[in-house]
Amino acid sequence: MLLIHCPYCDETLPEVEFTYAGEAHIARPENPSAVSDEEWEAFLFLRENVKGNHYERWRHAHGCGRFFNAVRNTITDKFLTTYEAGAPRPALETLTENGK
Amino acid sequence: MTAHANILTPGTLADTAAARVTVTAAPGRLSLRARGDLSALETALGVTLPAKIGSRAQANGIEALCLGPDEWVLLTAPENVAAVEAAGAAAYEAHPHSLVDISGRETTVAIDGPRAVDLLTLGLARDPETVAAGEGRRTFFDGQTVILWRDAESKFRIDMWHSFAPHLLGLLETGCRELAAETL
Repeated sequence: MLLIHCPYCDETLPEVEFTYAGEAHIARPENPSAVSDEEWEAFLFLRENVKGNHYERWRHAHGCGRFFNAVRNTITDKFLTTYEAGAPRPALETLTENGK
Repeated sequence: MTAHANILTPGTLADTAAARVTVTAAPGRLSLRARGDLSALETALGVTLPAKIGSRAQANGIEALCLGPDEWVLLTAPENVAAVEAAGAAAYEAHPHSLVDISGRETTVAIDGPRAVDLLTLGLARDPETVAAGEGRRTFFDGQTVILWRDAESKFRIDMWHSFAPHLLGLLETGCRELAAETL
């Protein structure tokens, strides 16, 4: 079982309290009717599918109920950090030694 | 209000040497969602809303538990619910918020006894010791979201939705007997 740190509760809790919610930092176009079909398709469906360090959303569903962001390595399943929704994307170099 | 077939009558469910599980009389329950400067709301309700998730405050006949950054559950006497709602409504202009009566939603069980903590580990994903006495948390118990209140070192309350109560109470009752059998 993974242990995940909720930035709102400030506690490290078992994975079963959380739900995964897809890739993070995907901004909805301000004016959907102004974007092309290709841009809208990219917003809706196209994801990075990273092998390695992945910026993703989680929700503390059985706790404070909040969405937050995390950086998780999709190979090792190790969480590098979690941070509040709306906070800027932390640079990978600050999370790992030499960006690895 | 919807009629629930499985609302349980208050009473002792299991009483063993390990722990005692009691269905308590249902208190009045309200869900409060609010953001920003809460002072107008706190004045109206007569209780200081705890800011830290999991911490509790008690004043003016209201027991408040902080569940999330902008979410609280308020417990009060059933006959006091209307007064709390009216106090919230009066403060709505000064501080817009959501205050909803959820009294009809949950069953509460009280758990106490020397092995109450061991009993909770049967269904609790997190370590019960991380919830200090006098605190509470919304958490996960054997597949359901519950609100866990720790009133003293080995004294707990669990609020669970009515429809999940038969399952969770069955587990607690079996657990009580199992733990008591171990001590023989």
